[in-house]
Amino acid sequence: MTEAVAFPQDRTCPYHPPAAYDPLREARPLSRVTLYDGRSVWIVTGHAAARRLLADQRLSTDSTREAFPLPSERFATVRSRRRAALLGVDDPEHNVQRRMLIPSFSLKRTADLRPRIQRTVDGLLDAMAEQGPPAELVSAFALPVPSIVICDLLGVPYADHDFFEAQSRRLLRGPTAEDTEDARDRLEGYLGDLVERKRDKPGDGVLDDLIEQQLAQGRIDKQELIELATILLVAGHETTANMISLGTYTLLRHPEQLAELKADPSLMATAVEELLRFLSIADGMLRVATEDIDVEGTTIRADDGVIFSTSVINRDTAAYAEPDTLDWHRSARHHLAFGFGIHQCLGQNLARAEMEIALRTLFERLPGLRLAAPAEEIPFKPGDTIQGMLELPVTW
Amino acid sequence: MRISIDKDVCIGAGLCALTAPEVFTQDDDGFGELVPGREDGAGNPLVGEAARGCPVQAIEVSP
Repeated sequence: MTEAVAFPQDRTCPYHPPAAYDPLREARPLSRVTLYDGRSVWIVTGHAAARRLLADQRLSTDSTREAFPLPSERFATVRSRRRAALLGVDDPEHNVQRRMLIPSFSLKRTADLRPRIQRTVDGLLDAMAEQGPPAELVSAFALPVPSIVICDLLGVPYADHDFFEAQSRRLLRGPTAEDTEDARDRLEGYLGDLVERKRDKPGDGVLDDLIEQQLAQGRIDKQELIELATILLVAGHETTANMISLGTYTLLRHPEQLAELKADPSLMATAVEELLRFLSIADGMLRVATEDIDVEGTTIRADDGVIFSTSVINRDTAAYAEPDTLDWHRSARHHLAFGFGIHQCLGQNLARAEMEIALRTLFERLPGLRLAAPAEEIPFKPGDTIQGMLELPVTW
Repeated sequence: MRISIDKDVCIGAGLCALTAPEVFTQDDDGFGELVPGREDGAGNPLVGEAARGCPVQAIEVSP
């Protein structure tokens, strides 16, 4: 049993789990970590155990439960007062929310969006090529791609992107609890106004469908709709933006694998799965036990906090040979980067399509793409939020 | 081989249709269903993989 590894911690290299988690990798499938407030909780690090436990409904995601583990003071303040829609709701209530949204994120709907994703990517790369080199890839490409696409899909005007991108940043990264709470209130205020405008003048986005089919029918109230819209908008652009920026950085730091990918673009779909596994940007899924659960000869007690470290889980040697190597020829299938169980990412197939098109087209259009600063000096996000690059200076 | 999908449990992740598209697809609402004529799995070796990959174990495969 490992003693008192603190969680979360900053990564040392943006694409590897924090070196400080090494003891956790030795202690699979579960051990203990200490949170910012000194509380000791379980950390699940084994792939098979994680699959079993993430599908176990005796683990709750409701952050307003008193014993719910929260990874930092700002989240503790905000989430103990109010849980997020979908992500912070248990079944059967969660199932009702999720089923309203499943048709909008089906494989067919996602496939239909591909030409629009491609046009978005092409347009941004045209602008970058005109103005550069050099360029800052997060603001010129990695963030606007998913931001434009989710706006299109939801029916949110992209013209407001500076506002909602800034509030999403504060919502996820604070730095203070007041920032996080204020950002949430501003986003909800903005989306509330948008819902009113759409009631007068409907469009053809997912929000318009929800207004017509759910709100107008009395199946949900306006606050619930706003909370759903908030999580769709935030989760719909921040996460994929991080995968595109960190994915690009990782490829540029792995020239052999990048050369292979450029020579054979048909590898891109499997490469995206491998990058999802390798990067595991949503590192630290949170649950609390509502009953005693026996796992691998240990008992998780009711009210125990349980955290899933996806970066460690997705490098379990029992599931993946040489897990620290980026390898397009392994089957990265069954990775837990999108989670597992009823809360597995709703937008995962949209994210796959965006990553595939963005990364393929980026290296097709700018085959000479390279970092414009020493790799070790490029800043990336701290450990207490979704992982990704803060900025990415590139040239070509 | 007999395959069944519990649509009440399905969360529309689409992993079955990504893993074994010859056997699994999604209906108009995004829930998993079997490709017509392939209800027996058509000897596809990826059926087991698809069932294992389902995040909510909605797919049952019996011999």
